[in-house]
Amino acid sequence: MLSLTHFLVLGAIMFSIAMAGIFINRKNVLILLMCVELMLLAVNTNFIAFSHYLGDSAGQVFVFFILTVAAAEAAIGLAILVVLFRNKRTINVEELDSLKG
Amino acid sequence: MFENYSDSQVYLAIVLAPLIGSILAGVFNAYISRAVAHTVTIAGVAISFVLALFVFKYFAFDGAPTYNETVYTWLVSDGIRFEIGFMVDNLTSMMLVVVSFVSLMVHLYTIGYMHDDPGYKRFFSYISLFTFSMYMLVMSNNFLQLFFGWEAVGLVSYLLIGFYYKKESAIFANLKAFLVNRVGDFGFILGIAGILMLFNTLDYAEVFAAANSKAGVTIELIPGTQWSMITVICLLLFVGAMGKSAQVPLHVWLPDSMEGPTPISALIHAATMVTAGIFMVTRMSPLFELSETALSFILVIGAITALFMGFLGIIQNDIKRVVAYSTLSQLGYMTVALGASAYSAAVFHLMTHAFFKALLFLAAGSVIIGMHHIQDIRKMGGLKKYMPITYWTSLIGTLALIGFPGLSGFFSKDSIIEAVQLSHLPGATFAYYAVLAGVFVTALYSLRLFFIVFHGEERMDHHTKEHLKESPWVVTVPLVLLAIPSVIIGGLTISSVLYGDYFNGVVFVEEAHNVLGHLKEEFHGPMGMVLHGITATPFILMLAGIAVAWLLYMKNPSVPGKIKQSFSLIYNIMDNKYGFDAFNEKVIAGGTRGIGHLLSKVGDLLIIDGIIVNGSAKTVAWVSGIIRHMQTGYLYHYAFAMILGLIALLVIVVY
Amino acid sequence: METFVFYIFSAFMVLSALMVITVNNPVKAAFFLVLSFFASAAIWLLLEAEFLAIILVIVYVGAVMVLFLFVVMMLDINMAQIKRGFVNNLPLAVAVAIAMFVTIFFVVGGESFSESVFTIPDRHGADYSNVAELGKVLYTDYVYSFEIAAVILLVGIIAAISLTLRRRPNTRHQKIEDQVAVKSKDRLQVVKVDAQPKKYEPAKEEQK
Repeated sequence: MLSLTHFLVLGAIMFSIAMAGIFINRKNVLILLMCVELMLLAVNTNFIAFSHYLGDSAGQVFVFFILTVAAAEAAIGLAILVVLFRNKRTINVEELDSLKG
Repeated sequence: MFENYSDSQVYLAIVLAPLIGSILAGVFNAYISRAVAHTVTIAGVAISFVLALFVFKYFAFDGAPTYNETVYTWLVSDGIRFEIGFMVDNLTSMMLVVVSFVSLMVHLYTIGYMHDDPGYKRFFSYISLFTFSMYMLVMSNNFLQLFFGWEAVGLVSYLLIGFYYKKESAIFANLKAFLVNRVGDFGFILGIAGILMLFNTLDYAEVFAAANSKAGVTIELIPGTQWSMITVICLLLFVGAMGKSAQVPLHVWLPDSMEGPTPISALIHAATMVTAGIFMVTRMSPLFELSETALSFILVIGAITALFMGFLGIIQNDIKRVVAYSTLSQLGYMTVALGASAYSAAVFHLMTHAFFKALLFLAAGSVIIGMHHIQDIRKMGGLKKYMPITYWTSLIGTLALIGFPGLSGFFSKDSIIEAVQLSHLPGATFAYYAVLAGVFVTALYSLRLFFIVFHGEERMDHHTKEHLKESPWVVTVPLVLLAIPSVIIGGLTISSVLYGDYFNGVVFVEEAHNVLGHLKEEFHGPMGMVLHGITATPFILMLAGIAVAWLLYMKNPSVPGKIKQSFSLIYNIMDNKYGFDAFNEKVIAGGTRGIGHLLSKVGDLLIIDGIIVNGSAKTVAWVSGIIRHMQTGYLYHYAFAMILGLIALLVIVVY
Repeated sequence: METFVFYIFSAFMVLSALMVITVNNPVKAAFFLVLSFFASAAIWLLLEAEFLAIILVIVYVGAVMVLFLFVVMMLDINMAQIKRGFVNNLPLAVAVAIAMFVTIFFVVGGESFSESVFTIPDRHGADYSNVAELGKVLYTDYVYSFEIAAVILLVGIIAAISLTLRRRPNTRHQKIEDQVAVKSKDRLQVVKVDAQPKKYEPAKEEQK
C-alpha cells in the first residue's frame, strides 16, 4: 500500500537529482533553469502528498500559488537570459563573471 | 571701630579700594592719562593704608576681639560652605599695615622709576591688583579664599615679572616663576583637600577648633604604613609655602624674577608675596603644632635655604641678584623660626625684613636709575658722592640686614637664632649652626655689595658719570620713609610682639615647643638685648664678616680674583647655583618635553593614528581584498554556496 | 493496482529527470522535462489533485515549457562547448546529491510518516469535485494571497517585456503617453493682431 513515505521519498529523489543537475551543468544556463523547475516540481509533489494524507486543501492551494510564482519567475528568468545573450553572445555560465568582486 | 560705619564696611573698603584703582587704571588704560592712572591707584592704596592704620590701632591699642565674619556665601555643597569672609586679628592687622605701607611706598616710587616706560599705566594697575590680592590672602577666614589670594598673587607676579614682555629672558623668568609656584600650589591644594577630607569644612575657626580632636587620625598612603593625617596635611601645606616663599628646592624662580622692574622686586619679592608662605604657616600654627615631623622638616629646609643661598649671594655681580639671594636667605631664617615653633619671631622678622629689604631694593633701583639702567656692580663704584641720600639709606638698610645691634634686623634675627638654639626637634642643631654661619655670610655679601657700589674706585664710563646724580624726590622720599622703621621698629615693638601678649589667641604653641616662653625669662627689654647681643656669637661673626668684606673689597681688591681662581671648582658649583637650574632644565623640563614627544610621536601618531585608526582601516581593506575573491561572478559558485549552506543547516537540524 | 501505477510513473519521472541533466542538447532536455511533468501530473491524479494536475499540464507544460523552447530557439548556442566539463563535475555533483538525499531520507524514510501515523485516507466519491473544493478555500480564506498572486503575474509580464523590449530606431510608432498628455494650447494659439489698414500697393508686374 502506498503510504506517505513513498511520495516523500520520490520528492527527495527528484530534489537531489535537480541539485546534482545544477552542479553538472556549468555550461548551460538554460539547463540550470530547468533544474530549478525540477526542484519546484519535487516540492509541489510533496505538498500534494501531504494535502492528500492530511485531508487539508491548504497544501493544494499552496501548490497553486507556487505554480503561479514559478511561472512568473520562469518568464522573468528567461527574459533576463535573452537580454544576457544579446549582450554577451553566450550562455556559458563560466564566461559570465563580470560581477566578480 | 568707627561710629558711622560698620566694621565689615571698613574691611571691605580696605580690600576694594586698590581693586577699584586697579580696574580703573587697567580697563580704561587707553582713555586716561598717566597722571590720572597713578593718582587713582595711589589714592586707592593710600585709603587702604590709612584704614589699615586705624584697624591696627583698633586691634593693637584698643584691644578688639578677633573679627571673623562672612561677607558672601558663594555656594554650599554637601554641607561644605564656600564663602568670602574676613578674619581680622592682631596678626592680620600687622600684615595689613606692612603690606599697605610698602605698597604705598612702591606706588610712589614707581612714578619716578617707571617714568620713561610706555607701560606706565599698566604697571600701576598691576601693582594695585597685587595689593588687592595680598589683602584677600591675609584677611581671609577660610582656605578657599586663602587659595584665591594665593593664586592671585602668583598671577600678578607672573604678569609683573614678564612686564617687559618683549624681552625673552623676562618671559622665560615669568614662566619659570609661575611653573615653580604651580608645583608648590599643587602641594597646597592637596593639603586643602586633606583639610576638607579630615575636617569637612574650609573655615579656619572650625578647623582650628577641631584640630586637637583629630590629632590621632591616620591615613594609609603607602599600603602597610600609617601616616598621621595632620602631618600629611601640614607637609603638603608647607610645600605650598615652599613654592611661594622660595625655599629649596622651589627657590629657583626668585633670582630670575629680578627680570621684572625693581619696584616689584621690592614689593612682591621682598616684602609681601614671598612672605605669604610664612604668614600661612603662622596662621595654621594650631595645626603645625600637632606635627613634629612637619616642624622638623620646616626647620631643615629653612636652614638649608638660609645658609646655601647666602653663599650664592657672595659671587653675584648683578646688584639686584645679590639682594635677591639675600631675600632667599632671610626667608630661610623666617622658615627656621617657624620650624622652631617661634611663630611670633618669624612674623616679627617678616615685618622688619619687609621694611629693610624693600628699602634695599628701592635703593638698588635708585642706583640703577642713576646709572641709566646698568645693573652690573663691576661697572659701579664710588657712588657715595654722587647719590648721598641713596648712600645713607642703603647704609641703614644694610646695617639692619646684617643685624647691627640696635637696628630692627638685629632684634628679629637674634631672636630667631636664640629660639632655634633652644629647640629640641630633630635637625635643630644643624639649623642653629646654619643660621649662625648665615650671620657671617650675610655680613660678607651685604658689605661686599655696599663697598663695591658706593666706595672704591669709580669704574663707570665717562658718559654715565656725567649723568650721575641723585634720583628725584619721588624716589628718595620712599627710601627715607622706609629707613625710619628699619631703624626703630624692632626696638619699639619687640617687647609686645615677641614677649607680650600680642599674638595671644592667634598663634598657638604647644608647651613642649615653647622656645619663646623660655627666651622670655631671659628678656630684659630691648636695651638689655642690645647689651647682651654685643657679647654674643652672632655679633662677633657679623664683625668678622664686615672685616673680611673690607679686607677683600676695599683694602686688597685683587684678592677676590685670586681666590676665585684657586677655588675654581667651588666657584663653578656656586655659579651654576648648585646645579638646580641645570637639573630643572634637563631632567624636569627636558623630561616633560621628552614625555610629550613620546606621547605625541609614538602614542598619538604611531599608535593611535597609525595602528589603531589607519591600521584598522587598512586591515579591513586587506581582509576584504582577500574575501572578495569569493565573489567570482560565477552563478554556479553562488548556487553551490547556497546549496552547501542549505545542506549544512539541514544536517545540523536533523542530527 | 495503485502501487503499480505509482511505480511506473515515478520511474518515468526519475528517469526523465536524469536525462534532463545529462543530455547535451537543450531541446532534448526540454522535452525530457516535459515528460517528467507529465509523469508527475499522473502521480498528482493518483493523489486526487485533479485540478492541479491538469493545470500542471496546461500552464506549466503548455506555457512555461513552450517559453523555454522559444528561448532555446532564439539563442544561438554553440553546441561544441557544451560537451566539455561534464565528467569533471560529476563526482562532486553525485556527492552533493547523495548528501542531500540521505539527509532528507533520514527525516522522511523512517516510521514517522508511515501508514500507522498517517492513515491512508479513503478515496472520494464520484461526485467529488476537486475544483469546487479548491475554489471554496481559495476565494474565502486565501483570497488575499490570490490577489497578490495576480499582481505578481502582472509584475512578471511588465518586467519581462521591459527587460527585452527593443525598439528599432527607424520605425515610427505612436507614443500614447504624449498623445494623451497634449493640451489645447500646444495645438492652438490665439494671437491678437492689430487691425491695420492695408496700404494699397499697385500689383507688381506678373511675369507669366
